[in-house]
This record gives sequence, structure tokens and C-alpha cells, in this order.
Amino acid sequence: MSTSISHASRQRSSARRVIPGFGLTLGVTLLFVCLIILLPLSALFFQLGQLGFADYWRIISSDRTLAAFRVTISAALMATVFNACFGLLLAWVIVRYKFPGKRLLDALIDLPFALPTAVAGIALVALYDRNGWMGMLLAEMNIKVAYTWWGIAIAMTFTSVPFGVRTVQPVMESLKLDIEEAAQTLGARDIQVFRHIIFPQLWPSFIMGASLAFARSLGEFGAVIFIAGNMPYKTEIASLLIMIRLDEYDFPAASAIAGTLLLLALVVLVLANIATGRAGRHLSREAKGWQLQPCILRCAP
Amino acid sequence: MGLEIENVSKSYGSNLVLDAVDLDVQPGEFVALLGPSGSGKTTLLRIIAGLQFAEGGRLVMEGEDITGLEARLRRFGMVFQSYALFEHMSVADNTAFGLKMRPRGSRPSRSGIGERVKTLLDMAEIGHLAERYPSQLSGGQRQRVALARALAIEPRLLLLDEPFSALDTKIRKGLRSALRDLQRKVGISAILVTHDQEEAFEIADRIAVMSEGRIEQFGTAEELLRTPASPFVAEFLEGMANYENQGAGI
Ligand SMILES: Nc1ncnc2c1ncn2[C@@H]1O[C@H](COP(=O)(O)OP(=O)(O)OP(=O)(O)O)[C@@H](O)[C@H]1O
Ligand SMILES: [Mg+2]
Repeated sequence: MSTSISHASRQRSSARRVIPGFGLTLGVTLLFVCLIILLPLSALFFQLGQLGFADYWRIISSDRTLAAFRVTISAALMATVFNACFGLLLAWVIVRYKFPGKRLLDALIDLPFALPTAVAGIALVALYDRNGWMGMLLAEMNIKVAYTWWGIAIAMTFTSVPFGVRTVQPVMESLKLDIEEAAQTLGARDIQVFRHIIFPQLWPSFIMGASLAFARSLGEFGAVIFIAGNMPYKTEIASLLIMIRLDEYDFPAASAIAGTLLLLALVVLVLANIATGRAGRHLSREAKGWQLQPCILRCAP
Repeated sequence: MGLEIENVSKSYGSNLVLDAVDLDVQPGEFVALLGPSGSGKTTLLRIIAGLQFAEGGRLVMEGEDITGLEARLRRFGMVFQSYALFEHMSVADNTAFGLKMRPRGSRPSRSGIGERVKTLLDMAEIGHLAERYPSQLSGGQRQRVALARALAIEPRLLLLDEPFSALDTKIRKGLRSALRDLQRKVGISAILVTHDQEEAFEIADRIAVMSEGRIEQFGTAEELLRTPASPFVAEFLEGMANYENQGAGI
């Protein structure tokens, strides 16, 4: 992903441009980025700016806000870890095997995106409530999901499933089989082929998918609130707290929480971008300074 | 001893790709599989490597039946036309891969691996490129890496599927003699797939001429030219008569 970006920028400075229309397309793109992404964000930061640092700190470090962040981040982490691993598995099954219903499974993966999140939330409640199928089953085992932290984690998992699969899938499809065959003839077992040959190639997309899933889970609202229970200090997520503060006309508090959430998501995405950029560097022919390659990619014995 | 291929057959659906193929490779011998496109050379080589399996017939290596043995247990070094290098590993790590994948008991020490890699890369004349990544190499250099990597596992047999066909003539000739030298130095047997008569004649001890899934004739270059077993062989090697008259190679 980011390799292609850095590749393009390198070309821009050295080679003559071949594709026409660069000025116009870039202009329109930037305009839309400003209107649709940057303007609302700057409104948020303007609100935040009105707030002194002391006030900001007081809001953020209040017990209720901290609890909400703790719940949100921990549940999002859980959802992310699950979706990263599960997404890898799902993509693997879809790309590598032929089985009846494969197309259907492939189409189902996008469902969490297509479904209104509130619908997803209500469906999950119907399933995990005391009277729902899963709820009854789990109640017999003395496990409670609906209206607990687990409910939040499950709702977040549901809405971010596509990220885990769809980021890795195209890369997996483009893997060349002869590379794996070469590894086999060199004596590698299947598990070694995966660990040393396949996974390193998937790594950038894997990281990207995980961080997208995390960012999405942090801000998920519709799917979560129905199943969360929404008990302050226990099962209240950060985006619900924003909503509550807005209802109380406490705009500074709402924007402080929102800004923090946004910052968190941005930091994660930027870190992921840096990580994938590093991982892809050796693939570029022009890559200078290969002597400085980080050794994480070397095949450690 | 060496490798014996007995009666190997393979078909895709109703399309018979290998028809009762017999072949033997003596220890230290260099054999070329020569034939037009689609004659089944790659299929035969992949069956020998264990990447595909035959429907009938037997493969025997040094007296051991390896017909159903997995590729990773055969210890045959393979060099692919497309290089198939590990793009995310340096040249040195590519070369060390086979040794690093060995189970702990039979794996050389870290320094042992390092030394072996250095020796191999020097032999392949790419010692100075050890820290580079494959994307920073030329085609010829990449194929040298692929060769060093295949030799690192001390293979019992070296298999090459048109290793030089993506390279220009000059580099090809250089690599050809480098390959022959390396193979002699290491002293292993090798099978080279090619559709280039000159390449086969120059490098191989014996040549198997293939056509439509059968081996038409298997013998030294001299035998093929003096006594072609079928009109196909005679016709296929027509251009090579002059080659021998000039006294080049062999
Ligand atoms: N996976 C496959 N499915 C069906 N047919 C195949 C498959 N692989 C190869 N074939 C067929 O088997 C025959 C032999 O193919 P093979 O690749 O062994 O030829 P080759 O001698 O290596 O040719 P070339 O010199 O072009 O590489 C061809 O007719 C080809 O169409
Ligand atoms: Mg072929």
C-alpha cells in the first residue's frame, strides 16, 4: 500500500509524468478531502482549542471517562486480535480451497459493512439475550454475554470482520506458488513455509487490517450500545459517553473525549502505515540504504 | 545407482502428458531434457522433484523407492525458471534457508551456516551481493542466488527448469559454464530442462529428446546426431549437425 505511494512520489520527482490530468485530479481530490474529512475534524479541534489543557485533563482523567476508555480500548483490542487471526484464517480458506458455498461465504464477509450497525446490534441482542438461542445456551453454562464487556467485544468483532479478511485476501491471492514450492524442495515443513515464507509476505496487509479493525472498533456505536448494558464505569463505551455529554449540552466534555478517541485511532493508523512502509521497502528496486534494513524481516533461526 | 525413472505416466483428464517414461541418471552425470514446448519436460521434472505425483511408474533414488516421498524429504535442489527467490530475505538468508529449516539435530551451527553460505556465494561469484535483496539484483545474479540456494542443502540431485530462458544470450553463456563448473565441483548429478538444442549439447553428458510425453531417444550428443532413433529426432536436431562439425563444446 504505502510502497506504491512512496514509489509514485519518487517517480514524480525524477521521471517525466506519463499519465495526464495530474493537476486536475489532484485538485479535485484535495478539495474533497478538505470538505469531507478535514473540515469536520477541524471543527472538532476548534472546540478542543477552546478548552484549556487543565480543563481537558480534568475531563479526561475523571473516573467515568477513564472507565469508558478502559472498556472501549480493551474490548477493541479483543475484537482486533480475534479478527486479525480469524480474518487470516478465513482469507486462507477462501483463497486456497475449493468447496461448495465458497462464493456465498465470500459474499457474507461484507455483510457487517452492508448492514446498518443498529440492525446488527439488535440482531446480536436477540441472539445473546437471556431468551435468545445463544443466550439460553450460555446461561446454562453460567456465562453472560449480553449487557457485559463480552457483549461489547462481540459487537465490535462483528462490525470489523471485513477488515481482517479483505485486507489480507488480495495479497494472499497474488502470492506465487513457486516460491512455496521452492521452500518445500529446500526441506521446509508446511508450518515453516507459512511462518517464514507466506506470513512475512502477508505481514503489511495483516498489520493494516488489524489497525483498521481497531480504529473502527474504537468508534463503533450503533452495534454496541444495544448489547452493552451501558452501565457507567462498567459497560459504558467512550462513544456513548460522548453522546451523553452532548445530551447534557456539555460540548467541551464531548469534544475532549471525541478528540482523544480520534487521536488514538489516528496514532494507530499512522504507526501501522510506518510499519507496513518499512516492511515493504525491500520490494522496491530503488530502495537505497538496504544496509539499514530492520532485521525483523530476516528469517531468524 | 543414481536416479532411475521407470515407466512414469501422467495425464491431465484425458490428456496424456507423460507416456511410460524411462530415464536414468548416473551419479555425477549431467542430463538434459530437450524437447519442443508442451512435450512434458516440466511435468516430468516436477514429478522427479515431488511437486507433482505420477499416476503410474516408479522413482528410485540410490536404491530407495521415492515415488510417494514428499518434496521436502527428497533433498533434491530445484532451480525455477522464475527464480522463485524469497523477496523478503537477503541473498545470504535466501541461501541459508534450507539449512535453517533443518530440525535442530541435523542443523549446522549458526557460524557453520554462515561459512557455508559464504563459500557457496563465492563459488557462484556473488559473494559481494550477500546483503542485498533479490529486487536489487539483475536476472543473471538472481539465478546465481537460486543456484547457490539449491546447492546449500547438499542436494542428492540438482533439477533445473529452463533456468536461463529469461536471460540474454551473453549472460546465458556465462551462467551455463558457471553451472557446469559448479556441478562438477560439487560432484552431483543434475537434470536440466531446456528447449534450446545448443544449451543441451554444450552442457549435458547425455540428452533425452522428448516429444508428446515420450522420450524419443536418450544418449550422448554424438549418438543423437550419428544415429537418430526417429525422424522426429533427426528433424529436431537438424541445425545442430553444423554445431558438431565445428567441433564446438560437448
Ligand atoms: N495443470 C495442468 N492442467 C492441465 N494440463 C496441463 C497442466 N500442466 C501442464 N499441462 C499440459 O501438459 C502438457 C505438458 O506440459 P509441460 O509444462 O510439461 O510442457 P513443457 O515441455 O515443459 O513445455 P514448455 O517448454 O513450454 O515449458 C501440455 O500439453 C500442457 O498443456
Ligand atoms: Mg516447461
